[in-house]
Amino acid sequence: MTTPGVDGAVREKPPLAEHRLHPVTPLRRAWAPVAVLIGWAVHDPDQAQRQLTRLTSTTLVIALAVLVPAAALYGFLTWWFTHFAVTDSELRIRTGLLFRRTAHIRLERIQAVDITQPLLARVAGVAKLKLDVIGTDKKDELAFLGADQARALRAELLARAAGFAPETAHEVGEAPARQLMRTPPLDLAISVLLTGATWGSLAAALVVPPLLWFATHSVWTVLATGLPLLGAAGASSVGRFVGEYDWTVGESPDGLRIDHGLLDRTHETVPPGRVQTVRIVEPLLWRRRGWVRVELDVAGSSNSVLVPVAPREIAESVIARVLPGVRVSEAASLSRPPRRAGRCMPLWWRGYGIAVTDTVFATRHGLLRRSLALVPHAKVQSVRLAQGPWKRLWGLADVHVDTGANKTVTARLRDAEEAAELLRGQAERSRTGRRDALPDRWMVS
Amino acid sequence: METGSARDAGTAGDETAGPVWSGLPPGLLRMRRLLLVVWLGLIAVAIGLLLGLLAGPVWAGFALLPLALMAWGWVLLGRNWRSWRYAERADDLLLSRGVLWREETVVPYGRMQLVEVTSGPVERHFGLASVQLHTAAAATDATIPGLDPAEAERLRDRLTELGEARSAGL
Repeated sequence: MTTPGVDGAVREKPPLAEHRLHPVTPLRRAWAPVAVLIGWAVHDPDQAQRQLTRLTSTTLVIALAVLVPAAALYGFLTWWFTHFAVTDSELRIRTGLLFRRTAHIRLERIQAVDITQPLLARVAGVAKLKLDVIGTDKKDELAFLGADQARALRAELLARAAGFAPETAHEVGEAPARQLMRTPPLDLAISVLLTGATWGSLAAALVVPPLLWFATHSVWTVLATGLPLLGAAGASSVGRFVGEYDWTVGESPDGLRIDHGLLDRTHETVPPGRVQTVRIVEPLLWRRRGWVRVELDVAGSSNSVLVPVAPREIAESVIARVLPGVRVSEAASLSRPPRRAGRCMPLWWRGYGIAVTDTVFATRHGLLRRSLALVPHAKVQSVRLAQGPWKRLWGLADVHVDTGANKTVTARLRDAEEAAELLRGQAERSRTGRRDALPDRWMVS
Repeated sequence: METGSARDAGTAGDETAGPVWSGLPPGLLRMRRLLLVVWLGLIAVAIGLLLGLLAGPVWAGFALLPLALMAWGWVLLGRNWRSWRYAERADDLLLSRGVLWREETVVPYGRMQLVEVTSGPVERHFGLASVQLHTAAAATDATIPGLDPAEAERLRDRLTELGEARSAGL
């Protein structure tokens, strides 16, 4: 696996231990030509049939004899030319056969580390590893590594990012994790059933195709709309259950561990102090059971769920771990907009509210599906006050707080004076909040 | 605690009597008005000529429409230009703009990822340049248009310098 680094040309640098990906990697794109063929056959069935009848066994054999080695060679070469190496401060990925591409990902900038194992990869015992840094995309993931190798690499990357001495970084090993919560499958199933979107998409999938059938009597139209609707219904119910099955949140010195999935397993690690926003969502039907869903925003990361469903107290204890020093109950005592806000937003203005504590800026919106967003002062990128003509008339204004995860949290319909005060105060708070935030290398203090 | 830190910032000088606002140089207004007059003037002439020749001289009165628009735009541009102002405080940049849709933005220096000075061909001809601030949030829309190039460069250098001194991770 390990090849000696380039040492002839560059004398002064110590040779870098470069690694290759797992040897099953070339197989991961094996399905692509097949998919193209199927796509073509579905797109143009008549043509496909005509071509199929023309095929004789000899042409088939010749095609196979050319295509299979060519695909194998391509897969092998891309694998052969993909290297990665871990230096003291960077993860370097070197890839490309014709178009060379080198990515240097700075470790102190990592926002999260994900290890994902799709079902087939689990069977093969391999995993994908991705470093979430702002600006990284799908090309920057290491797919695939051996499952154990991926775990060891994650531990090493986190240790280096945390600031452990370079010599000991790969011996530190996995930081011990302590489980904070785990979602029971029954709760998850009930919570999916109690979500309006599940029933809405199911109803749409059952109602729309028959209506279309009566209107057009065309099988293709019905299929073309019915199948996506069914797919959406499946994704919002079964898909969500499968994806969020066995959701475990753990805590370790390396940060937050989130593991989930029934078929595809995902293990995510969010280092301390990377969370930009936390949202507590409370759908109408969950309220009687006292359940909430907690979402979080990490810059550059795609996952946004922290807790799919949990009783409020457990969710709040998890949040207290994610945002140290935040007491949700304190942030949840909100002040409403003034009564005249009803002139700008009838009825819904009652759902709005804000609270400012020592550590977070909290706003709530939504009447039926309440959503409380918490932004730590240290994560505020900019503060904006906006006021349109109609709001000016009623002496109201909105305050937008922008965070690093490209999300904006808005305090809507505040009194204009209060909004101006909020703007000034928030700028001040975010400055002082930043001063005592954790350093990027969280183990060095 | 809040007032204490505000006083801290006050030592830098410009906090004692509120922020010191600076407006935009008149060059931007001149450029925008000129562009307005040129374009709407051309449209008015085109409409007047076309309708006058094809439909009759009475119809050429429609050419007054762009002219009215021009007068309205002239006033509007002036009000909009006057509404733009910015202030460099000890720790953040204030930006205020808009007449009907007012917006006020505060960007702390430590959050700036990139400061950009841009100048298109028309702007260059009028000796103008824009300064744009980028933070990690794309929603931060902090652009100061139509500055004097020397002022734009001074602002860029000062913002970069302050940003480095106060920089913080994400």
